[in-house]
Amino acid sequence: MNRQIGRVAAVTFLLFGALFINLNIITLLQADELANHPSNRRLILREYAIERGPIVAGEEAIARSVPTDGEFQYLRTYPDSELYAHLTGYYSIQLQRSGLERALNEDLTGRSTEVVAQNLGELLGGSERPGNAVQLSIEPAVQRAARSALDGREGAVVALDPRTGAVLASYANPTFDPNPLSGHDRRVINDTWAALNERDDRPLIDRTRAETYPPGSVFKLVVAAAALESGLEPTTLFPDEGVYDVPQTQANIGNFSGGVCDDGDEISLTDAMRVSCNTVFARLGVELGDDALRDQAERFGFNDAPPFDLGVTDSIFPRELDVPSLAQSAIGQRDVRATPLQMAVLAGSIANGGQLMRPHVVDAVRDPDGAQLRGPDVGRWTGPPGGGLPISPRTAQQLRSMMLDVVNSGTGTAARIDGVEVGGKTGTAQTGGDPVAWFVGFAGDEVAIAVMVPGAGSDATGGAVAAPIARSVLSAALEARR
Amino acid sequence: MSRDGVTVTGGPRATEARLLTGAVVLTSFAAVLLGWSESPELPPTAIVTGLALAVTALVAHLTVRAFAPDADPTLLPLAFLLNGLGLVFVRRVDLATGSDLAATQTVWTAVSVGALCATLLVIRRVAVFGRYQYTFGLLTIVLLLSPLIPGLTAGVINGAQLWIDVFGMRFQPGEIAKLTMVVFLAGYLERNRALLSVATQRIGPVMLPAARHLAPVLVAAVMAMVIMAGLRDLGTALLFFGAFIAMLYVATGRLAYPAFGAVFFGFAAWLAYLQFGHVRVRVSIWLDPWADVTGIGYQLAQSLFALGTGGLTGTGLGLGRPQDVPFSATDAIFVVIGEELGLLGATVVLLLYLVIVVRGFRIAQTARDEFGTLLATGLTVTLAAQTFVIVGGLTRLVPLTGITLPFVSYGGSALLSNYLLIALLLRISDESRGAAKGRDPDLQADAAARRRS
Repeated sequence: MNRQIGRVAAVTFLLFGALFINLNIITLLQADELANHPSNRRLILREYAIERGPIVAGEEAIARSVPTDGEFQYLRTYPDSELYAHLTGYYSIQLQRSGLERALNEDLTGRSTEVVAQNLGELLGGSERPGNAVQLSIEPAVQRAARSALDGREGAVVALDPRTGAVLASYANPTFDPNPLSGHDRRVINDTWAALNERDDRPLIDRTRAETYPPGSVFKLVVAAAALESGLEPTTLFPDEGVYDVPQTQANIGNFSGGVCDDGDEISLTDAMRVSCNTVFARLGVELGDDALRDQAERFGFNDAPPFDLGVTDSIFPRELDVPSLAQSAIGQRDVRATPLQMAVLAGSIANGGQLMRPHVVDAVRDPDGAQLRGPDVGRWTGPPGGGLPISPRTAQQLRSMMLDVVNSGTGTAARIDGVEVGGKTGTAQTGGDPVAWFVGFAGDEVAIAVMVPGAGSDATGGAVAAPIARSVLSAALEARR
Repeated sequence: MSRDGVTVTGGPRATEARLLTGAVVLTSFAAVLLGWSESPELPPTAIVTGLALAVTALVAHLTVRAFAPDADPTLLPLAFLLNGLGLVFVRRVDLATGSDLAATQTVWTAVSVGALCATLLVIRRVAVFGRYQYTFGLLTIVLLLSPLIPGLTAGVINGAQLWIDVFGMRFQPGEIAKLTMVVFLAGYLERNRALLSVATQRIGPVMLPAARHLAPVLVAAVMAMVIMAGLRDLGTALLFFGAFIAMLYVATGRLAYPAFGAVFFGFAAWLAYLQFGHVRVRVSIWLDPWADVTGIGYQLAQSLFALGTGGLTGTGLGLGRPQDVPFSATDAIFVVIGEELGLLGATVVLLLYLVIVVRGFRIAQTARDEFGTLLATGLTVTLAAQTFVIVGGLTRLVPLTGITLPFVSYGGSALLSNYLLIALLLRISDESRGAAKGRDPDLQADAAARRRS
């Protein structure tokens, strides 16, 4: 029987050998994959065992981690609830992360600066090193001003420093409270998440950057820029007609007032901009041609999206345009679409003398001891044609003074601030439903702004709805920067 | 050489004493490490574990010295080391989940070691079992069926009906049935070895003995399978069948049996797959545990996560997450060890089993008589198969079925059964070595008789 026992033993050893090999495969070859598998709770528990760094705006922590007694050692809280939600995003055990919580996760957990020796010492000491603090360029006063100026209406406000691209305020309605999504109660998370997703007004969408809108007459800035770059002057005269007879179509273009823009004779480019004369800009657009318009739009960053700490949707100037569409596009209708952030960057490039600056919201990353690890990412947005120099300084100067006229005596007077050089351009894009009201402009060379309010009623205009919002936010920004 | 057994000598008992000391020291060390992970002031439980193990080991050692002085010196230390490791890791799970299983398991350790001593005391020759083979056969069936008896049953737990409640204690009679079944088969096969070895029938290319010789064996196997399917305990069914086939092959030397057994098993597995929803679920989890990680695939996924997180060296004792792994104190305790002690620790554990298995087969080969050989083979294969089924299941080598890891998993009946298994192997090895040395006049006469025949 001994031979048989030997054989049974051999089979047993083979099976044990298979166990050993398999165990080696799992613990050595597949170890990384298994340890970092999204369903492996160890990963998230380890992350929640670290005191995540705060996100700071001004002097205030707008996202911070507080210790709890639960299985997850820290709770992420957002003291201003919905005010910064589209910037910070949420930090959830169930939904992972969004917004800056996602984009800056490595910084906030401190993993980006992990030093082995340091951590070993702290490991023996029994405490995990907290994450790094992220300082935003957002000015809380400006952010609050944007929220109160919008006053609950759907819309978006972006204010930035045209010299650096530093975003001072970025607020959109509707918004949401990230706190319940970032809590540790899975039922609350799921219920809140389901409720947010069921809402028709889609509060999770950041309208400053994730959604595009027809810019309407604000787009006349691009047409004017193309015209000035092509050699025309602000004083160049155009026929002042009540209706522009668009070639190749019966659908002609009239003015917002229904009549002529001035005296029915001739009107300068400056005045056409001041009163937002559709017939002049439609004609100008058709005369310049779609290639020239597209080229200028792309120099400003259209058909692309500015590099940013958060994802931005491309603003669009259509590829192929027939003449009737071109005429419509020249006044910002049809398929031209832009994000408010893009329009703020564009306004900034006019305010700063012709440089397209990269927008950024992160001002600094600091380690727990307060030492700065990284500063703001300041620089020109070199991606678009022209390398971030969309217009000459001369064109910028000319556009700037045209925009000052708009606010001083044109459609944008509601944005006027005594003693401050405020320039801008209003827009009222027809969409079939309520118009989209816009104001895009600047105050001095310190603040550029884009305000967008869709759905403020059928008779809403950029001048009546958006310009006053811009005025409040610009005032707050000037106050905050003083 | 003295018969009183207490006299200190060189040889196997001294070896055993040294190894046992090592096992107790290692366990105490691990228990203290775990205690420190709990609090800087050493909790008394950390010392209790080592002490309890030391006392039981001493009692077992002295008993073996007295009543089985020539027994294999490695089995007891290996069992105690695994048992001690089990106590530490059950305590580890207690800390993670707030349960209080380690104390119960310590009591069961004492009871089981007591049973081992009693067995060595009462059973001086395993051959006596041979006389009661059918009693053991009947006992196997009764034990297996007892969880179905109203008033005794503890009901369906985790999808299987395997437990009975006796005097408020929960007991799994199937664990003891493993042993009685092996004893029955050893007796039966020893008697009918010759008949079963002679092939008289041809089925295709396979020669088989006459149906009437084969029938009782098949009946036993089929009954075990049916009972197991009824109790929904696939792991134990597989284990029974593996031991049965291995013993049949060793007894007869005919490869037709394992071949026939494999076909039979394949057929039974296929039927079970068609017939039972829970079998289909097990197989689908095995094929793709990631398809439903939060649902049916949860347990296997968590096992793999634990092992993967442990990696080569482990997270360290007390630093893993046994609370995430279902059944971490019982079926899945191996992955808790794997997570905290890494591949190295898990390999050591598997090697301990492998050494027991090697010694077991050695004991089978050197047993005094055929009954001893068959019994030792069956017991060894049972232990090896059980280890393979649970470790293979947790590592996705085979479909996962709930079964305990011998000596390590929490569970009184399993621990008792495993110590009884060791007691029998000790007895068989003691008999053969004792006979070889001419220790026992009775055994000597036996040996002489065998030489004459």
